[in-house]
Amino acid sequence: MPVRSFHYVRPSSETEALAAAAEPDSAFLAGGTTLVDLMRLEVATPARLVDLRHLPLDRIEDGPAGLRVGARVTNAALAHHPAVVRGWPALSQALLSGASPQLRNMATLGGNLLQRTRCPYFRDVGSPCNKRQPGAGCGALDGYTRMHAILGGSERCIAVHPSDMCVALVALEAVVHTRGPDGERSIPLGELHTLPGEHPEIENVLGRGELITHLTLPKSALATLSTYVKVRDRASYAFAITSVAAALQTAGGRVQAARIAFGGVATKPWRSAEAERALIGQPAALETYRQAAVAALAEARPRRDNAFKVELAQRTLVRALVTLEARS
Amino acid sequence: MCADELVPEAVAAPGGSPAGGSHAPPFAVPVAGREPITLETFGGQPVVLAFLADWNPSRTTDELCGAARAELRGLGAVLLVASEESLWCFRPDDELELVASMATGGGPGLLALRRRYGVHAATSSALFVIDEAEIVCFAHPPGTEPAREPTFAALVQALGLAGQALCARSAPSDGQPEQPGARPVGSSSAPPRRQGAGWQPSRRDVVVGSLVAALSVAFGLGGSPARALPAPEAGAPPPGGPASNEPPEVPIAWRLNDRDHTLSVDPRASVLDVLRERMALTGTKNGCDHGQCGACTVLIDGQRVLSCLTLAVMADGAKLTTIEGLARGDRLHPMQEAFVVEDGLQCGYCTPGQIMSAIGLLREGRARTDPEVREQMSGNLCRCGAYPNIVAAIQAARRRGGAAQP
Repeated sequence: MPVRSFHYVRPSSETEALAAAAEPDSAFLAGGTTLVDLMRLEVATPARLVDLRHLPLDRIEDGPAGLRVGARVTNAALAHHPAVVRGWPALSQALLSGASPQLRNMATLGGNLLQRTRCPYFRDVGSPCNKRQPGAGCGALDGYTRMHAILGGSERCIAVHPSDMCVALVALEAVVHTRGPDGERSIPLGELHTLPGEHPEIENVLGRGELITHLTLPKSALATLSTYVKVRDRASYAFAITSVAAALQTAGGRVQAARIAFGGVATKPWRSAEAERALIGQPAALETYRQAAVAALAEARPRRDNAFKVELAQRTLVRALVTLEARS
Repeated sequence: MCADELVPEAVAAPGGSPAGGSHAPPFAVPVAGREPITLETFGGQPVVLAFLADWNPSRTTDELCGAARAELRGLGAVLLVASEESLWCFRPDDELELVASMATGGGPGLLALRRRYGVHAATSSALFVIDEAEIVCFAHPPGTEPAREPTFAALVQALGLAGQALCARSAPSDGQPEQPGARPVGSSSAPPRRQGAGWQPSRRDVVVGSLVAALSVAFGLGGSPARALPAPEAGAPPPGGPASNEPPEVPIAWRLNDRDHTLSVDPRASVLDVLRERMALTGTKNGCDHGQCGACTVLIDGQRVLSCLTLAVMADGAKLTTIEGLARGDRLHPMQEAFVVEDGLQCGYCTPGQIMSAIGLLREGRARTDPEVREQMSGNLCRCGAYPNIVAAIQAARRRGGAAQP
């Protein structure tokens, strides 16, 4: 059991939930797979848990414009929904490549969006970590960096964002919808997460007590031509060393449209405009894909133990594009 | 040889009940074919000796008896219940046992027991707590005023209170280096405790203290507790949340293995904690406590989930199935049977989680080939490496059918 006790409240409406979460030191509780884990490590120490169980946020609606997914939809339910498998295959594949069946039955969309890094220095309260304690230093920078970021890092933090789902969602241009003390707003997924910069303790643009209510995914032919490739140490049940969500549309032997995002290599889900620019209009061929991969990783900043990720990420992108080309 | 001859009369207080702080009157209740039951029989475990006028085992529910055993298990204590006709023993790890009865020649022993403890009338009720040094720590003799008449149900409730008091404090000597002056945990022949500077309570001290406190609260302070709860270590942080007020326990209700339960839980407790520590259902294992190994897998509302990462409060209103809920009497569940036939285990530690996860997998209905089964069981680790036979067991159960229902 975590040492620090907390108040537990179970509101029956969004309004109640928002009011409860406005108290300082509150956290929303959905599946608990991140929060309970971190509370047991004493990395997370909320004084109040606001359980979202009774909120009607667990529907998936498939409409003409796209998909609407409630924030409490489980990873398993989302991955296996026929509309998702058909319309956004990269999303289904990404979800199924993550965690374990038990975890996928528990974890929610909202929780997956906001999951925390697996950096061992973050997860160990005995290690210095600017994310946990601003100014404390970063144990990773001079430590063991094999699993850390080569893109989007700073001198304060190089922790990788571990989600597979987010990589697919950012490539598929999902939009997150929230409700907070100041009302409702929509946030494109690419703008939800922030870079560590000077303030690694801030990971997203959400305000205190702001609740993610649902996500929308635009429907398109391009989205149906998507895939997710994940490279990891084990055949299953491990986080990505590198991963790619890609969507590719070709016509007459040339790339007409592309969406590319990387996982496992960056401090936030990494949409690669560089790769997309290098692809569009070019011949749909191996040489194009390789050049796009080089462009995507041009700004990569390897550390002592993760330099191998640069080439591995490039190859992962090429593999994803070759797979898509073979399919279409 | 009659019971009185087994024990020198001089030690017993004729007529009256032993007071708190005094040496517990010894007794020896003969049992057919075995050594007589004495305080030494229980090897140093604290003993709650209850004389209950309302005790009738044939009219006491399985539920209540099970609850008693679960609480005793958590406390590591023994409960002896004496009624007009018989003496029953609740031991944490055993079935409820009828130790002696008037009908089978236990009369003299039972009468001597009543006489020694001053509970002469069969219609009187009384409670005593005896610690491992055979000192009466709590005495609630017959007719104590003001008092709440002890009944079995009230006693079980009080044991629950004691269990909660115990959980709210961690005994300093559990798993920590020996403090100078501390009594070693588990010693049965230890010198009397010295209170004072440097005294560290052992786990047994804390258990007895919790029992005494709980019974005092439940039955009125007519008794004379000889030992209070040990004070928290100086400098230790006070328990509880931000304002040093222990947040209230949360009432929950669930349907577990086809039986309804209501209980009050610490919001921090996981389903795993409650199953093992409160309900004495230790089939579900704790492998990592962080959702990484799958040993704690149970079914909640028909889905396989990790009980270590599910707070008990989150499962309020849910339907749970654990490994203990699969067999029907002696009839194994088809998945259990398949694991036996295919030898899908070695040490057995991961096995309950494997079986529950496998049932969940079949309910999901998506795995057919061996690679699919392996992939969809990847959340259950097996350090012994029994994977090939685990997959074989699951495939056998899947082909035979009937294994997808818990």
